[in-house]
Amino acid sequence: MLELDAITAGYDRRAPVLRGASLTIAPGESVGLLGPSGCGKSTLARVAALLHRPDTGRVIIDGEPARGWRHRAPRAQRTAFGVVFQQPRLSADPRLRLRDLIAEPLRANGLAADVARRVPEWADTVGLGDELLGRRPHEVSDGQLQRACLARALVLRPRWLVCDEMTAMLDASTTAALVHVVEDYRRDSGAGLLAVGHDRLLIDRWCDRTVHFGDLKA
Amino acid sequence: MTPPKHLTSESVSGAPVPDEPVSGAPVPDEPVLSVRDLSVRFRMRGQRYIAAVTGAHFDLAVGQCLALVGESGCGKSVLASALLGLLPGNAETAGSALLDGLDLLTADEATLARTVRGRRVGLVPQSPAAHLTPVRTVRSQLEETVRELTGTRKPAVRQAAEAAAERAAFPADHLDRYPHELSGGLAQRAATALALIGDAPLLLADEPTTGLDRDLVERTVDELKRHTGDHRALLMITHDLAAAERIADQVAVMYAGRIVELSSAEAFFGEPGPRHPYARGLLNALPEREFTPIPGMPPELGALPEGCAFAPRCAYTTSACAHIPPLNASVACHHPVLDAAPAAAAQEATRA
Repeated sequence: MLELDAITAGYDRRAPVLRGASLTIAPGESVGLLGPSGCGKSTLARVAALLHRPDTGRVIIDGEPARGWRHRAPRAQRTAFGVVFQQPRLSADPRLRLRDLIAEPLRANGLAADVARRVPEWADTVGLGDELLGRRPHEVSDGQLQRACLARALVLRPRWLVCDEMTAMLDASTTAALVHVVEDYRRDSGAGLLAVGHDRLLIDRWCDRTVHFGDLKA
Repeated sequence: MTPPKHLTSESVSGAPVPDEPVSGAPVPDEPVLSVRDLSVRFRMRGQRYIAAVTGAHFDLAVGQCLALVGESGCGKSVLASALLGLLPGNAETAGSALLDGLDLLTADEATLARTVRGRRVGLVPQSPAAHLTPVRTVRSQLEETVRELTGTRKPAVRQAAEAAAERAAFPADHLDRYPHELSGGLAQRAATALALIGDAPLLLADEPTTGLDRDLVERTVDELKRHTGDHRALLMITHDLAAAERIADQVAVMYAGRIVELSSAEAFFGEPGPRHPYARGLLNALPEREFTPIPGMPPELGALPEGCAFAPRCAYTTSACAHIPPLNASVACHHPVLDAAPAAAAQEATRA
């Protein structure tokens, strides 16, 4: 269970972006969060993924309250989440080849021994060939880079996935392909999903349950 | 910088191209823009070439909107750059693109700068926030453009700039703001206002809706359609099929640098639907349709397969596909889809 309890968060304590938002996601459930741009839904997604410390409120991950944020989050909690952002260009280190981009979470968590096995597996799952894995971000398209970012998010087999406008930059076919990769992984692993978006058609088709950002302040 | 090279005798395209444009829609006379066998390739190190656009061929009439759709990296934006003369020095072009009797591909830089950009072609850019100058207010940029393009002088400039803003529904009380103080939708309107000042007969919108949410997408394309009216033509480059469906009269589908299907929007989005297997796959990938991706990924433009570039991903591939299909009767395919049922069955077969 992933519980967001009365979260107030923002970038200026005097003017929080969101106030008292609560949301609960059951294990294996996929929840779509809809809202217009600028409403604070991405901020909530960042709080849920332990990437932004809320001003008040609690995040409870599988019964345990979050004990830190960003790099201060305990490893076990931090690696419970896989995150995919909207803009692959801004979320990929331009110096890393795609192969190393996907391998980074493994290396950062003392699993370097698994790189040779797991990276090709995930690259294959997201549809990246060996030749593309040797390229750097500026040498691939947005769609190809987002495929690598999704592989990076899944390589530690997280229990929770947070996809913040994962497909906003992508064409229809790549969107469908990446959503299918996420759903295959969830079927296989039982992971829960928070998918943030503004495309109602996509979110309705993708998720078990759709919530509107405006309805979170119960 | 060396200007792009234009190849007259030698064509870089491989497929035969019909003399007249083919189209499912009736083509009204007097096209604003007439693109004939346009090809662009980039010369790379070691005698390698990247064929970004090959044999593009279409007409665009007054009052019409042509949506150029395709996956990212298929050459759409290179085509737009070619029309504005903004290709880098290692580009080689062939064919022609006639606008008002002027060939945009062979025109020199001075002609392009003084008579084309802003005056004959208005560009609505991909990311308006990045297109606007960050250190100047919207008013200052509008006034500069008004001065440059219309020759208006003080004190009339201020009013002309305000009128330009109003035309694009940009609120007057935001004129003194800097680009970073605008929302995505307002930045888009500011950029549209700039594009409209020169009263160009051709509006070129390069991915005008990227990163906007659905309501804003609809509003932005509706406004583009409104500005097109019956005295301009609109070429909209997009990967957003829903946006294309909303306003396009004609749809051109681009794959691996080639236009593989050119048909009326009505036939494309309604009945009988797209006839090229790629176009059909792209449409079926939409969440409101089957939501199934096309297997595989598009080929690299620097290493295109022999023959039909879509063949490696296609369910209908036969030995005929070893040859590049010409654009016949609005579709460039050896096995155009005739009705929906076999296509669905074929999709099923590739998935199994």
